[in-house]
Amino acid sequence: MNKTYTVSIYSENNIGLLSRISAIFLKRHINIESLTVSECEIEHVSRFVIVAAMDEDQVRKIVGQLEKQIEVIKAYYHTDEETIYQETALFKIKSDLLFDERQIQNIIKNSNANIVTVAREFFVIEKTGRRHETDALYDELAPFGIMQFVRSGRIAVSKAEMNISALLQEFQNA
Amino acid sequence: METLKEKLVETESKASIKISGAEAVIRCLLEEGVDLIYGYPGGAIMPVYDELYKFRDQLHHVLTRHEQGATHAAQGYARVSGRVGVAMATSGPGATNLVTGIADAQIDSTPMVCITGQVPRHLLGTDAFQETDIIGISTPVTKWSYQVTKAADIPTALAKAFYIARSGRPGPVLIDITKNAQFEEFDFSYKKCTGIRSYKPKPVMDPAKVEEAAALINSAKKPYIVFGQGVILGKAEEELKTLIEKAGIPAASTVLGLSALPTEHPLHMGMVGMHGNYGPNLLTNECDVLIAIGMRFDDRVTGDLNTYAKQARVIHFEIDPAEVDKNVKTDVAVLGDVKETLQHLLPLVKENKHEAWCREFEEKHAIEYDKVIKNDLFPAKEKLTMGEVIEKINKRTGGDAVIVSDVGQHQMIACRYAKFNQTKSNVTSGGLGTMGFALPAAIGAKMGSPDREVVAIIGDGGYQMTIQELGTIFQTRVPVKIVVLNNDFLGMVRQWQQLFFDKRYASTELVNPDFITIAKGYHIPAKRVTGREELDGAIDEMIASEEAYFLEVCVEKEDNVFPMIPTGASVSDCRLE
Repeated sequence: MNKTYTVSIYSENNIGLLSRISAIFLKRHINIESLTVSECEIEHVSRFVIVAAMDEDQVRKIVGQLEKQIEVIKAYYHTDEETIYQETALFKIKSDLLFDERQIQNIIKNSNANIVTVAREFFVIEKTGRRHETDALYDELAPFGIMQFVRSGRIAVSKAEMNISALLQEFQNA
Repeated sequence: METLKEKLVETESKASIKISGAEAVIRCLLEEGVDLIYGYPGGAIMPVYDELYKFRDQLHHVLTRHEQGATHAAQGYARVSGRVGVAMATSGPGATNLVTGIADAQIDSTPMVCITGQVPRHLLGTDAFQETDIIGISTPVTKWSYQVTKAADIPTALAKAFYIARSGRPGPVLIDITKNAQFEEFDFSYKKCTGIRSYKPKPVMDPAKVEEAAALINSAKKPYIVFGQGVILGKAEEELKTLIEKAGIPAASTVLGLSALPTEHPLHMGMVGMHGNYGPNLLTNECDVLIAIGMRFDDRVTGDLNTYAKQARVIHFEIDPAEVDKNVKTDVAVLGDVKETLQHLLPLVKENKHEAWCREFEEKHAIEYDKVIKNDLFPAKEKLTMGEVIEKINKRTGGDAVIVSDVGQHQMIACRYAKFNQTKSNVTSGGLGTMGFALPAAIGAKMGSPDREVVAIIGDGGYQMTIQELGTIFQTRVPVKIVVLNNDFLGMVRQWQQLFFDKRYASTELVNPDFITIAKGYHIPAKRVTGREELDGAIDEMIASEEAYFLEVCVEKEDNVFPMIPTGASVSDCRLE
């Protein structure tokens, strides 16, 4: 049965690895719903957070293939229940609305969103949260007109430990 | 390149010297013990070729007639010698022509390093002449790849390339070197790579798993071993033989596992798979413990997974953790280097005999012999069969030859009937099924084992996919023996058309050229055999020849290979006719 899985990959920060990783999903005809790469808690080590829907057998095999890549240090998969995750959305809206439509200020306040910037022509709202929360804000703002909308990929940390430092230490000591 | 991520050890030539990147490529190859490479020159790799000229006494370069030929030759060389094969090409079409061989090496776990030239760094991404994104193209079919854009990175990149290609589960690595990096001068010193922090070539053996496996084997009434190329790659042939003999376990091979155990060994029951032997396929569904050693349960081996060995407890000896439970769910996965795990297993396994169980294999063999083998090897009909050609070659070489086969009916017949006395004797394209593999692979196989007889068995279709390598044979005088089993058809496809597509022979009939004239054009002695009475003499003449020899045998046009498990059917549905 298909389910949303968060795949976390710790890797070396090498050019070309992104295409190697995405090729593993492509080969199995699995669509990547979101992908985020950043440096992690260890210097020079990258962390990929990939969200995709598949069954557990598939995600287990994909993680096996990912770990086989030379520059992948370790890969994990988790269900939503096993992770703390967030996404960030940015809404660009006409500045006039902020003053003309009182309701917008209430929407921003009630949704715990932040105003990132206010310019003469537009202002930008940032909202971090679960998908349904950014979706809800979108639905509320849409009637007023949204100039631009963008949402980040999921970022997630697992509830369980991922012991990468120990793995790297092991190599140094070997 | 960062060095804290790799463990590099100094080799003999410690003093650093100022040389060009191109010369560094050659020196790196020499440091890795390479004395033979295959390739084809072109614009973006010319500085390296210029250095090859300088080092021609130390590093022999074989000019193939197509870059694909260079990869297959490097594969053939690697498969018989156990060393890393090296292929070199220029950018653009030179590089893309390597891709089939790289994909073949990836799926068949062959250690190979490919070096490609690339346009200068400042032209990357400009659609320069002969620019192609070979890193992007080759990513899914390489174990690792890396683009070098400055000379100083060449030694580390090549040291890692060789380490990665040969360690763990071997595979192909591609190093793409921009032309400016080949020209640049830098202080060269070489350190061999001994470890990469993000790469664990071999999982650590878990002794508890070995004990679990031993207990299962000791309690089995009908244990059955299926072994693959992992035994050869892991140099565990002796351990496999000892295990089989000590515990009295019947064993069968995958296509790529052939020759890991001598064909004539009394417990070698044959080959599994789509055109494998009757007993080994059928009895997969009768055994109580299935012991898979260095094999990956390919679909051509298992047929329908839902009806594959469901009654059996499965033990899987495997170096690649991603293979465990990939296709067949295992009860005991013994991860690690197969030589090490089998060595640990051997003292724990009790001496045993399973005579009644082995007799079941013999009974099935008798059925197969009567229905299939007899007619293949000793046909009563007028036309020649592929099987009798292989049988004659067996007789003449005694089973000591390296048999290099292409892809199709002749390949299955060669794998079914060729006799192998020693390991690393069966060179064929297993996973990818690359037609055109055999002729160039035979060149590499002969160069990798010059003291052995190397016989290429090729169909008339595949032969014409890389026929230009006759030029390489002519130029290098490499004494390979080439047998084309000519049925004027793409035989395996035709067989499927006959069995599953109502005999609608769409584009499978070949109007062939005069192969003898072609061979003679390359000054290769050649003979055509059409009748049984000429066959013995022709094979004698071919084997006796000190130089390359081409033998065309015209065989029955519409013979089929049996047994056969139709696609998607169960191993229990192995058909004899």
